[in-house]
Parts: sequence; structure tokens; C-alpha cells
Amino acid sequence: MAKPQSNFRNMVIALLGVTLVASASLGLVYDATKAPIAKAEMDKQTNAIAAVLPAFDKLGETYKMLPADGKDSIEIFPALDANNSEVGKAVKTYTNKGFSGYIELMVGFDKQGSISGFKVLKHAETPGLGSKMDVWFSNAEKKSQNIIGLTPGSIELKVTKDGGNIDAITAATITSRAFLDAINRANATANSQYIDGSSSASKKEKHNEQEPQIQ
Amino acid sequence: MNQWKNFSKGFIKENPVFVLLLGMCPTLGTTGSAINGLGMGLATTFVLLMSNIVVSLVKNLIPDKVRIPAFIVIIATFVTIVQMAMQAYAPALYESLGLFIPLIVVNCIILGRAEAFASKNTLVSSALDGLGIGLGFAFALTILGGVRELLGSGKIFNITIYPENYGMLLFILAPGAFIALGYIIAIISKLNKQKA
Repeated sequence: MAKPQSNFRNMVIALLGVTLVASASLGLVYDATKAPIAKAEMDKQTNAIAAVLPAFDKLGETYKMLPADGKDSIEIFPALDANNSEVGKAVKTYTNKGFSGYIELMVGFDKQGSISGFKVLKHAETPGLGSKMDVWFSNAEKKSQNIIGLTPGSIELKVTKDGGNIDAITAATITSRAFLDAINRANATANSQYIDGSSSASKKEKHNEQEPQIQ
Repeated sequence: MNQWKNFSKGFIKENPVFVLLLGMCPTLGTTGSAINGLGMGLATTFVLLMSNIVVSLVKNLIPDKVRIPAFIVIIATFVTIVQMAMQAYAPALYESLGLFIPLIVVNCIILGRAEAFASKNTLVSSALDGLGIGLGFAFALTILGGVRELLGSGKIFNITIYPENYGMLLFILAPGAFIALGYIIAIISKLNKQKA
């Protein structure tokens, strides 16, 4: 079969044909992979929540709150026991202060507001230095760097260089500061009732009043 | 050139990374570990095989002047299919390769093979060429990723060979990619020269 000439009609027909077939096949694949992709993302979030919290029976309704010092809201997943009373909550928090910017964490708090676990969801920190934060801050053998079990409401989480009592990751102080910043933001926003003793409802109201001033 | 040569030339003699020096961007960017290199290589192999097959099938239907846009659309389609499939069934790998998957579209190896080989040869030769070059690329990326992972963190495919503390972090970072690639290219050139 001879090659069609490069005239206007042939070129339009050829490109139209190629793009039609391409878009049709992409549509089919999109439909086929839509459910598995949603499931994979859901699984990842559920696994992270399960990993950071003590045992629970089901998750309550997710809600979002705007932190006092950030533009993006953080997501809160309350964990309930069989009698619908709250046993803790997982908080998806973030910081923009990482060595390479944005870091996203899932932090679990138990009923008393102590950290029950955390998981790094997204980061672009230096491999081998800042990227060690997931093992560094949960190292049960090193008391001065382990944050699990601490209650951010009663102890201030700060690296030792800034006058706090948490050892920063060796050669990654900026990452460590950012990491604690994200944890503190999660605590300040989601656990506000544990700090000043006021109910979470009044805190939320107060927060709403403050909002217009910030923006 | 017989069919076996169409397939096998991609490994050493015309290896896209070590000899032709094509596709440097994904080569340097994704080879921080052997498994990432292998994943990237296999994704590229699939795209290369499928695009070579389709291009050699339609080569007589596309007018010469619009062949490049037509090839790019064909390649982009397969890349997007790989991306969606990977996101659905291998989310961990998808996350670590990130931006580099959509960038397969502009990987010069793929358009190069479509233009230089598949648009002039038969279906079987083109398929073998795509598979050979693709596996050669995957092979190169796995070796480079393995060397960097071993020197940088003391592991290969996440199996610890020696304690991580003794690793040279440099090799996980960008400069290590250039250094390791340079030495591997030197070794491959020496081997190729001896044969010739």
C-alpha cells in the first residue's frame, strides 16, 4: 500500500484517526482503573490511620479545621470504640518549613492527648538525613528523641537547639524543626481543648472569630 | 540483520544508556535504588514495545509531514495507560517514580526508535527492536540503581549487604548518579572495544 500524500485532507484524516483511537482507549483504561486507584488511595489513608492510633472499632465522621497559623485546613479522623465514645483521633497535618518545603504527616493522639504514633505521608527531604524522621522520632531506645507517648499540651515540643528537649536528627535540624512544627500544629488545632481546658466547641467559635483578621 | 540481532543489540552493543547516551534524564533521576530503576525500565519497555508495534502497523497510513505528531500521540497514549495502571496496582512504585512516569512521553529513546526503526521496518522486527532496547534500558537502570543503592545505603533491592551508616550518601544524591554512570560507561566501552 502506497503512503498517502501529505495534502491537507490526508493529514487531517490521519491525525483525527490517531487521536480518536487514542482518546477512546484512554477512556476505557480510565474507567477500568478508576475504582482500583480510589481504593489504593483509600487503603493508604486507612493504613496510616490504623498505624498511628491505639486499637479502635470504627472511624467517626471526618472533619476539617483551619489551624491558626496556616492557610490550609488539616483533616481530623476521630476513632471510636464500640460504644461510640472517642478513644483518640488521627490528624493529617502538614508543614511548609521542611528543608525541601512541604511535609505531610498523619499523627495519632490518644484520649489524653498524648501522641500514640505518627507516619510520614509525603516529604522531599534529603535521603539519609531528613528522610530518617520516621525512624528517628519513634526510636523507643533513645528517650530524648522519641516523641511517642509525649503529650504536646503539657510539654513543649522543641528541638534542644531551640531550648526544647527533643534531640534533632543529626545534620537535619531544619527537618526536625519542621517535623515538630507539623506535630504542634496538629495538636494546637485538633486538641485545643486539652491545652486550656475549655471545650472544643468554644475554641472553634473563637477560632472562627479570629479567621477574618488573619486573612 | 537477523531477528536475534534486532533483539540483542539493545543490551550491550547499542545499549541506549551506556552506548547511545539517550534518555539521561530518567536515568539520572530515578536510579536512587535498584527497584526504582527496574520499575522505570520496565515501564519504558512496555511503552517502547507497544509504540513500536503500533507505529510499524500504521506507518503506511500516516502522511510523512504529520508523522511526528501522530507518533507522539501514540506514545503519550501508552504512557498514560502505564501511569494509570501503575497508580492502581503499584501505588508505592508510582509514588517513588512520581513525575518521571509522564515524562516517558518525551524520552528520546522512544521517539527515536519509532522514527529511526519502527517507521521503516516490519512488525516483527520493530517489536523485537522495542523489546530489546527497552530491556537494555531496564538493565542499565537496574545496574546503575543497584550500584548507587549499594554504595549509598549498603543495600540492593532493600536487602542489607552492610550497615547503612558506612554508606556514602553522595551516591544516593545527584552527583553520585553522574559518577557511577561515568564509570559504568567507561567499563562498557572497554568491553565493546575488546570485542571489536
